[in-house]
Amino acid sequence: MTSLLQIDNLETILHTGATPIRAVDGLTLQIQKGETFALLGESGCGKSMAALSMMRLLPDVGEIVSGSVRFGGEDLLLKSEASMRSIRGKHISMIFQEPMLSLNPVLTVAEQIGEVLRRHFNLRGVALQERILRILSQVGIPDAARRMTEYPFQFSGGMKQRVMIAMALVGEPELLIADEPTTALDVTIQAQVLELMRDLQKQKGMAILLITHDLGVVSEMADRIAVMYAGEIIEMAVREDFLLSPSHPYSQKLFAALPGRAKRDQGLAVISGNVPSLSSKFIGCRFASRCEHAWDLCRTTAPEWSTVSADHQLRCHLYNKDSGDNIQHRVELGKSDTRVVPVSQTSIDNSKLLCVTDLKIYFPIHKGLMKRVVGHVKAVDGVSLSILRGRTLALVGESGCGKTTVGKSILQLITPTAGSVCYDGLELVGLERKRLRAKRAEFQIIFQDPYSSLNPRMRIIDIIEEGMNALNTKNDIGVSKEVRQINFSNGEKVDVLLKRVGLPPETKWRYPHEFSGGQRQRIAIARTLAVNPKLLICDEPTSALDVSVQAQILNLLKELQQGLGLAYLFITHNISVVEYLADEVAVMYLGRIVEHGSVDEVLSNPKHPYTQALLSAVPVVKLESKREAIRLHGDLPSPANPPSGCHFHPRCPKATPVCSEVYPEVTEFSATHTARCYLYEQPSPS
Amino acid sequence: MTFKPVILWTDALIYLLLVVVIIFAWYVRRNEHLLAPWRRVGHSVSGMMALTVLILFISIGLLDTIHFRPSVQANGSTNNKIYGVQVLSLFDVIATPLRINIEKTYSAPFATHLYTRETIEFSEGKQVREFPRLEFGGAHLRNPEEQFVADVTWRTVAGLSLGLFVWSAFVILLVMLMAYRSGKEFMQTLSAILRNETEVPWNAVFRMLALIFSLLGIALSLSACYHIFGTDKVGQDVFYQSLKSIRTGLVIGTLTTLMMLPFALLLGIMAGYFRGWIDDVIQYIYTTLSSIPSVLLIAATVLMMQVYMETHPELFDTIAVRADLRLLFLCIILGVTSWTGLCRLLRGETLKIREMEYIQAAHSFGVSHWRIISRHILPNVMHIVLIATVMDFSGLVLAEAVLSYVGVGVDPSMISFGTMINAARLEMAREPMVWWALLSSFTFMFTLVLSANLFADAVQDAFNPRVRTLSFINRKIVPR
Repeated sequence: MTSLLQIDNLETILHTGATPIRAVDGLTLQIQKGETFALLGESGCGKSMAALSMMRLLPDVGEIVSGSVRFGGEDLLLKSEASMRSIRGKHISMIFQEPMLSLNPVLTVAEQIGEVLRRHFNLRGVALQERILRILSQVGIPDAARRMTEYPFQFSGGMKQRVMIAMALVGEPELLIADEPTTALDVTIQAQVLELMRDLQKQKGMAILLITHDLGVVSEMADRIAVMYAGEIIEMAVREDFLLSPSHPYSQKLFAALPGRAKRDQGLAVISGNVPSLSSKFIGCRFASRCEHAWDLCRTTAPEWSTVSADHQLRCHLYNKDSGDNIQHRVELGKSDTRVVPVSQTSIDNSKLLCVTDLKIYFPIHKGLMKRVVGHVKAVDGVSLSILRGRTLALVGESGCGKTTVGKSILQLITPTAGSVCYDGLELVGLERKRLRAKRAEFQIIFQDPYSSLNPRMRIIDIIEEGMNALNTKNDIGVSKEVRQINFSNGEKVDVLLKRVGLPPETKWRYPHEFSGGQRQRIAIARTLAVNPKLLICDEPTSALDVSVQAQILNLLKELQQGLGLAYLFITHNISVVEYLADEVAVMYLGRIVEHGSVDEVLSNPKHPYTQALLSAVPVVKLESKREAIRLHGDLPSPANPPSGCHFHPRCPKATPVCSEVYPEVTEFSATHTARCYLYEQPSPS
Repeated sequence: MTFKPVILWTDALIYLLLVVVIIFAWYVRRNEHLLAPWRRVGHSVSGMMALTVLILFISIGLLDTIHFRPSVQANGSTNNKIYGVQVLSLFDVIATPLRINIEKTYSAPFATHLYTRETIEFSEGKQVREFPRLEFGGAHLRNPEEQFVADVTWRTVAGLSLGLFVWSAFVILLVMLMAYRSGKEFMQTLSAILRNETEVPWNAVFRMLALIFSLLGIALSLSACYHIFGTDKVGQDVFYQSLKSIRTGLVIGTLTTLMMLPFALLLGIMAGYFRGWIDDVIQYIYTTLSSIPSVLLIAATVLMMQVYMETHPELFDTIAVRADLRLLFLCIILGVTSWTGLCRLLRGETLKIREMEYIQAAHSFGVSHWRIISRHILPNVMHIVLIATVMDFSGLVLAEAVLSYVGVGVDPSMISFGTMINAARLEMAREPMVWWALLSSFTFMFTLVLSANLFADAVQDAFNPRVRTLSFINRKIVPR
């Protein structure tokens, strides 16, 4: 069988520092006609660089050193730049991660798609317009005839990604390279886009090279899977083999690091350390330094391909029949899979720590010369929730639904328009600045992006001490009374804190740029712990991190909760993290909470149609996972102009006429489980 | 004491600036993340060559900044000394021959005779109109027509060899110092420099130094006996004037920035950080300010100040003090009118930074606004300030020249590029043309501004993260 794309021993180097970075180091793979080939790996493994090398679209600093990329028998690397242009867009096309940045904001959608057609098909005039219209309706853009003359900013994120797909597919390529096509999208939109890609693939019979870090997406989409680690492929298998029996220790760890409900009472498996720097020279196995099963051979000799079955190869000495004493290691491999951290249920007094009632945050919209207020963006529109001491409440919802605004307004970083935030019996809304400052130590926030949450110009010690100095905290955790004196105690306390979050104390003299994403997030956690908070607001603390690092942070958060009795408000869109960490769940849609309950109630028995759709859209790592997701039409409406009645009714598959009239009342299913939906009996007005 | 030190206003500010720069350099040396971009400046060939030239200019300017009043010989044997009204600088003392060898009027470069005819009366009563011999230029020549070429050649060669000798001594000293600091052999260090293998392009710097030293040597040996750039209307040496202008240019370039920075930093960051009505007020102020033609504003202010100074002569004990104060006011006025550009830049950057999560984290710690501004925002906009400052420098030197030309610049008694150009302007129209004053001031100003611009380019490249990676493309790539 001749393959569509055959890459042999591709090596790409980036000249970005003193030493060149071997971003792709000996990549060999084949893609057959019509299949979906997934390239799976953590960030910094060279996945995107591999894709760009195939297209010969490397940045200026990149250089392909050796290897060949054969597409339909021709080596693309030997082609001239001019003849590459007839390949790109026509035979191979690409979808990028960020739909907001991939479209030119000053050209209409039709003009951008037309560019491809003019170049490759020499279409003009009416024929061109018809073709654009057809492709746009194919990718499911409603009212395509009108929308094709609109500009990218008039489209939502999911729609932009559809336009990107339309642009990539209009040349009817044989191969589509999709570089993290859904990472920037919400789960419900992600489900739409993935379904679209599957449908189009079925119709046109093209091959897809799917680059992703998401095991869920891989298990939904891929036919064959290659795991990339530190610039090379370490395991390659067909989907069933990979999902049933991942063989490389790294792949196994990736699965074990996924959070989920089944793992609630134990720690997640972690891969210690980070992806090694690609600028170093590798002698042995690249994974050896992080592998629990590594022995001497792994550190001295790079493993060759070993075959498990016809469709399943990997690079690991454990599976190499020639290397002698591997049997005992393989035995261990089966059992010592997850490092189980026993979880003891500590007895906590279950009084309410935080009580938010009817919180409203409206942002005024100004217009005209005099900046008259013409309307309000109702970011948060009447949210009530409460958090018990030492427990975790997860706030779930798509981006733009107001989750983060709730978090920030609890901290009074955004002043609420109405409602009350009651912390430990003290009303925070309208509290004067001085008294609020005294209370600030008790509630802290961890941000999503570890790269922008630490000041790049400050040393770690300064970052951690900032809060201590500003709030003058005197009561220390785990530090004896003698060292409580200010100035003297600070240095020691920083050491204690860094150890607590799993960093060596020497690191306090360094600057943030010297740390990886996970380590930065640890520093951010240490910074908040420095002031002894009782409530931590975690604003998507793991969504910018890789699976293995996410597991480290989740373990740390769980450990801290047990050790220090912290309460968390965990803001996230990642359902599996919720399953793993949360005690209670509140589902938010367009500024309002639509369903609230304990984690078991909400996740196994969702009542609100939105919760049901959200849960069904989450890609799961399961062999038989090609299940039908409840498809939601369209996107989140604008909070400046929310739909009448139930906000969800325009997208709801079960909507009835009454839904568009009045916002539904709370229906109670149990003492803790509530939802707002007309599908269930409404309480009689009293 | 044969002199009395005088610290003029601009001197004091220059000393202050010097102290600030030294403290900043010391602080940067201790912080690796601040030092790294400066290292990249050090790796740029054009930047380092420009810096070498700049250092030469700056040292001349600094020599010219140390002012004093020499004592004058009082009649009688009284003990109390009387100090002259003339304020001299250290540079004036070094260049004494240039300063006091004043001819009658114009003379061309290397001339031995005046540029204008004069009536000379011989002892026997005969009168002849001819070009008289200069008092100082080429006065040692008995017969200028025959001896001139040989004399100039000999002095050039002598000056060149002196320059090269000093250069080699300097280089050897520098290499020895480098070898000592890196703990290597002298020859090892030297050969590394010769083969251009050092991180800092010392090879290029040394070549630049060779050029500077030989030019300096030639200029020194020739200017002792000739007016190498000619003389001006009142017979003053143009070479001396050009050298004196350097300080004026540097003062305008640096002190204006010093005046401008507080406005730009404070208002720009405040506008971006607090937003709301503070932002509105600050924006209205700078929009209004930048909509007034700056030359008009400057002219009006300078004229007002001039009138005040003339009606209060008792405030100034020497002419130099008055000229200096006028220079200072010019700096202040230029500073007050030119902060808007940087202010706008900083406002934009602060608007971006204030939304960063580390600022929000600081808010949630209850850190005060002032501390957030000084610890979080200021260090993160410093690179913009630095780039803007270095880029503005050359523009300000040019602005001074334009303003003095228009007549609202520095005091007429103060030598500057602008006054030189202004004085030479009318003479361009006469026949034969007097071209040297304009040419030499132009050459000096060109060199100063060019080196400042090249250095600013190097600084900008080093501080711009996007350019950083591209410099490596040019390197030879060795495949495995």
